[in-house]
Amino acid sequence: MSLPADGHYLGDVSSGAGLKHNSDILLWGFAVSYLFRETVPARWRRTVLSVIVLLFFLSLPPWPTAQDKSDKPIPILTGNVGTFSFVTGGQNLIDTQINPVLLVPLGDRWLIESRAEFEGQFQRPPGGGPYGGPVNKHVDYAQVDYIANPYLTVTAGRFLTPFGIFNERLYPVWIRFLQPDPLILPIRTAPSDGAMFRGGFPVSARANMNYALYVSATSIGIGSVDAERHAGGRMGFFFPGPRLEVGGSWQKTLQDDRKNAFGFHASWQPTKLPMSLRSEYAHSFEGSGYWVEGAYRFSQVPFWQKAMRRTEFVARGQQFFVGAIGADAEGALGLPGANTREADFGVNYFLRDGMKGIFSYGRQFSPVGNFNQWSFGLAYRFLIPLGPTGASREAQ
Amino acid sequence: MKTNVRRRALAALGTLVLTSSLFAGSSSAKKEAESAVVVHTSDAGTMRVEGEKRFHANCARCHAAPQKFPPRMMGTVLRHMRVRATITEEDRRLILFYMTQ
Repeated sequence: MSLPADGHYLGDVSSGAGLKHNSDILLWGFAVSYLFRETVPARWRRTVLSVIVLLFFLSLPPWPTAQDKSDKPIPILTGNVGTFSFVTGGQNLIDTQINPVLLVPLGDRWLIESRAEFEGQFQRPPGGGPYGGPVNKHVDYAQVDYIANPYLTVTAGRFLTPFGIFNERLYPVWIRFLQPDPLILPIRTAPSDGAMFRGGFPVSARANMNYALYVSATSIGIGSVDAERHAGGRMGFFFPGPRLEVGGSWQKTLQDDRKNAFGFHASWQPTKLPMSLRSEYAHSFEGSGYWVEGAYRFSQVPFWQKAMRRTEFVARGQQFFVGAIGADAEGALGLPGANTREADFGVNYFLRDGMKGIFSYGRQFSPVGNFNQWSFGLAYRFLIPLGPTGASREAQ
Repeated sequence: MKTNVRRRALAALGTLVLTSSLFAGSSSAKKEAESAVVVHTSDAGTMRVEGEKRFHANCARCHAAPQKFPPRMMGTVLRHMRVRATITEEDRRLILFYMTQ
């Protein structure tokens, strides 16, 4: 088989086969649209149209499945464990956390997934004494996913709000470059309870599109219990050639002043350098800001190669601008109470697969006061099968 | 009046038939796609190379390369990633192939 230069030979099959008879589809489209106008009363058109669109997406052909029975996915328990020491303005905080993720695949198209967080934050009391503090427990997400076709996955339950990319993709401690959260992370990222449509598919030989559209009925605020209704979406384009992704997010609250929030994100991994760059911008009534971070793996350094290959230099610059909700409300959300700038630098050392030691230094500048922020610790990702794993598949 | 009702009923029936036939057409496309993929996936070496390429392009966007796990575990991980990271179906299939070799 000769592989086309763009490498999308399967894409030609999976996305092209269902749309082979374009003229037929066009004809049917005109006919259905005419009959739809003739028969459906105006007040019902929006509802009926929504149902037809939903049925259409659900009935699209599934991707080609030639999966071997022995490769049937099994439930797994994965997640991460981390223990860190954060020294902020001279005050030490020991943060120990475990974030188990349960993944249960059902059939060919279903997935039940859930992540919980158990986090202990221990400090010495002001007068001295042993370390003590709260242990926070909560469910980050508990959702059911139905992979309807190559273009659409339907999700229901509690899910991570797809606003920007950090919350959904980069949050786990074994993934993130730097352990301190970006300043703008609390903006519009509290978990959502509702339904979501999402997917990713090639739109051309050189670009993939990904999207998420959601409606949430309630939401748990960070640090407090709060109810909110909102709707939103995120769309991004990934260009596999230059390994560049750009996208934007939007969210509208469906109550009170029905405020809008929006954001942009970008990530880039140059093909010729072991480097990764990411950035996000967010704007809402709670505040706005951005972060830019990068990581450089020393795999091209000509000396101490064994150690250097495992070493990564990371840096982040960020800024936050307060919104219109007041310093106390900002603090309750986990946002700074004043305009803030911060720069962080660090080193990650990969001890083995999924395990890394971290060290970082940062300095925060704000009218409230400037201070240093040190962090060091260990992050580990685990993965435990909850069923027979089977043997490696032979080459076909 | 009677004619109008009859016309609407006829049109409704027509809509139903046309919509069903459009949706039913997708199942023949599915069969077509399944037979086509058998031909295309015959070259394991090419798939492995392409899978590795897709792996580095997609997975490295967020995290360091993990070790390879048994196929049944990787199947679950990649289904999770298909939802979480919205990777495309063809990327998922090729990465799964590469990661289970």
